[in-house]
Amino acid sequence: MSNHPPKMTAEHVNVFYGDKQAIRDVSIAIDQDNVTAFIGPSGCGKSTFLRTLNRMNDTVPNARVEGDIRLDGQNIYAPEMDVVQLRARVGMVFQKPNPFPKSIYENVAYGARIHGLAQGRAQLDAIVEQSLQRAGLWNEVKDRLGDSGTALSGGQQQRLCIARAIAVDPEVILMDEPASALDPIATARIEELIHELKGRYAIAIVTHNMQQAARVSQRTAFFHLGELVEYGETSEIFTNPREQRTRDYITGRYG
Amino acid sequence: MSSSLVPQLPIAGAEPAGRTPTDWTTPASAKRIARRYAAERRFRLLGLGAVVLSVGFLLFLLATMLGQGLQGFTETRVALPIDLRGRLAITPAQLEGRRGDLALAAAGLEGAVDAAANRAFAGQGGAAVLSEGAWLRVRDAVKADPSLLARPFMLAVPVGSDIDVAHKGAGTAEAEAAAARLPLSRGLNRTFLSAADATDPTRVGVWGALKGSLLTMAVTLALAFPIGVLAALYLEEYAPRNRWTDLIEVSINNLAAVPSIIFGLLGLALFLGTLGLPRSAPLVGGLTLALMTMPVIVIAGRNAIKGVPPSIRDAALGVGASRVQVVFHHVLPLALPGILTGTIIGMARALGETAPLLMIGMRAFIAAPPGGLASPATALPVQIFLWSDEVNRGFVEKTSAAIVVLLVLLLAMNGVAIWLRNKFETRW
Repeated sequence: MSNHPPKMTAEHVNVFYGDKQAIRDVSIAIDQDNVTAFIGPSGCGKSTFLRTLNRMNDTVPNARVEGDIRLDGQNIYAPEMDVVQLRARVGMVFQKPNPFPKSIYENVAYGARIHGLAQGRAQLDAIVEQSLQRAGLWNEVKDRLGDSGTALSGGQQQRLCIARAIAVDPEVILMDEPASALDPIATARIEELIHELKGRYAIAIVTHNMQQAARVSQRTAFFHLGELVEYGETSEIFTNPREQRTRDYITGRYG
Repeated sequence: MSSSLVPQLPIAGAEPAGRTPTDWTTPASAKRIARRYAAERRFRLLGLGAVVLSVGFLLFLLATMLGQGLQGFTETRVALPIDLRGRLAITPAQLEGRRGDLALAAAGLEGAVDAAANRAFAGQGGAAVLSEGAWLRVRDAVKADPSLLARPFMLAVPVGSDIDVAHKGAGTAEAEAAAARLPLSRGLNRTFLSAADATDPTRVGVWGALKGSLLTMAVTLALAFPIGVLAALYLEEYAPRNRWTDLIEVSINNLAAVPSIIFGLLGLALFLGTLGLPRSAPLVGGLTLALMTMPVIVIAGRNAIKGVPPSIRDAALGVGASRVQVVFHHVLPLALPGILTGTIIGMARALGETAPLLMIGMRAFIAAPPGGLASPATALPVQIFLWSDEVNRGFVEKTSAAIVVLLVLLLAMNGVAIWLRNKFETRW
């Protein structure tokens, strides 16, 4: 554990879809230097909670968020918070690889371009190369940056999406089951990548694969029926959970 | 609490007692198989029959239109010996430019040509053999070569409608007899592609109506496309889902199903009545057809926008794109092929539309191609309708020829639609 103040904090967060409450009174802190995993059975609200952290739920009609979520102490649901800038600071990687149907270069350059992060072509080229290198994709695509991003394999597409998120130079990266649509080898590459990105970016990852949570994360939060049941060191959660529900889940009684 | 999460599977293995293994080789079973094959064959034959029938109708339409219509692009000419020496008080110097036309007309060229025809074809009807526009050909020939004023010459000039029709094999007995004794030839009818409406079928042209249609379509496209696309984008990407947007959606769908003549009445009342815009003008025609085309574009546009995967919107929002950036950088480009296809289908429908144009006065007899958006014009389908109503047999082939022009235009538009779709189509 580090002694930094947490990168993001959430206090007493409730999320509603219309009348249905999807998240109940969740409080959690996400560290700068650790990977935080959200685990839990399907429909437990872990993805919903992740999407409140960069206000992606704003696009869902009838969704309502209560509570206090802060990035570096700043309330992200405050009226003066600009949601576009927030999403640049808190990037996201989705469950299904979703590259734009444009060239590999354009995919990575897009975010940097709309936020005006590069002055001139040379700087943009540098951002694209650095982002692809950090995402571990550079050597595979450096000779075909003009090819369509959708022509890559599933695992490469997901790393392209990670490169696209990195190119905006975010502080936090949210990953929503980033490897669930990938084969075991591509999954292993993504997990390695998360290890390499750890420390540079605060990372929160949703997964329904408990081995994956155990492998990549230092902190684990177990969600069940919209509640945060237990949150702590990953090693503690998996070897010595305090709650019966956590124990049942990680031993495969349900899920 | 975890007990509720354990699935309660039904116990397997309790088969109904006394069930014998199914025998697939009985005659009843063989009969079932035969019936199934027969049903498949029947369905295939019916489907094939439907395709053959529709293709047959299409071929029949094309064959009749081309068979009659292509003749409309030709004219029958008669070789007329002309000698203008001493008949026209005019000098070669007066033939320059536009004033030359007036000078030749004032000098009595038309009378001189009629006189020449009366001499040459005395037994076959004299000057009545010639088309009303025959002397214009002589005029153009003289202007092109002033030396013709000073020597006798032969010139092939268009014949009148009766002889023309007879030469093409559909005339009266006497006209056919007269045609048989004349030195006739066949040539391309340039007038048809450059002139406007006329009372004499040998002098009519389709260009006036074609230009009227093109101007009308330009107004329609310029209005209906941007407004339709913006409305579709707003309704899909911005508008909240509530009773009002439901009402708007129902209204737009109903608007697309309103008979076109109603739009004509609306245009008549609104654009001519209230706003006092000029009647018979492509501007008003375009406005009226835009009202009709807009709902089609909105519906096609909304479907195309709905077809853009939500994951693309998420991806763009996730890197911090604003909603306008999401729409214009990602959604619109990906929806464009569908929007363009819908637009062109709507435009093709508008191009073939007659009823609303009748209501706003575009059915007038207009003898010159329109000069602009506010000058009187007619449109191709209206022109076809007007010609089909004519008594003179010479208009039959002109009607078909105009239909050929309209069909070529429609095919070209559909071709553009397919080309655009293939060009912009993206797969993900």
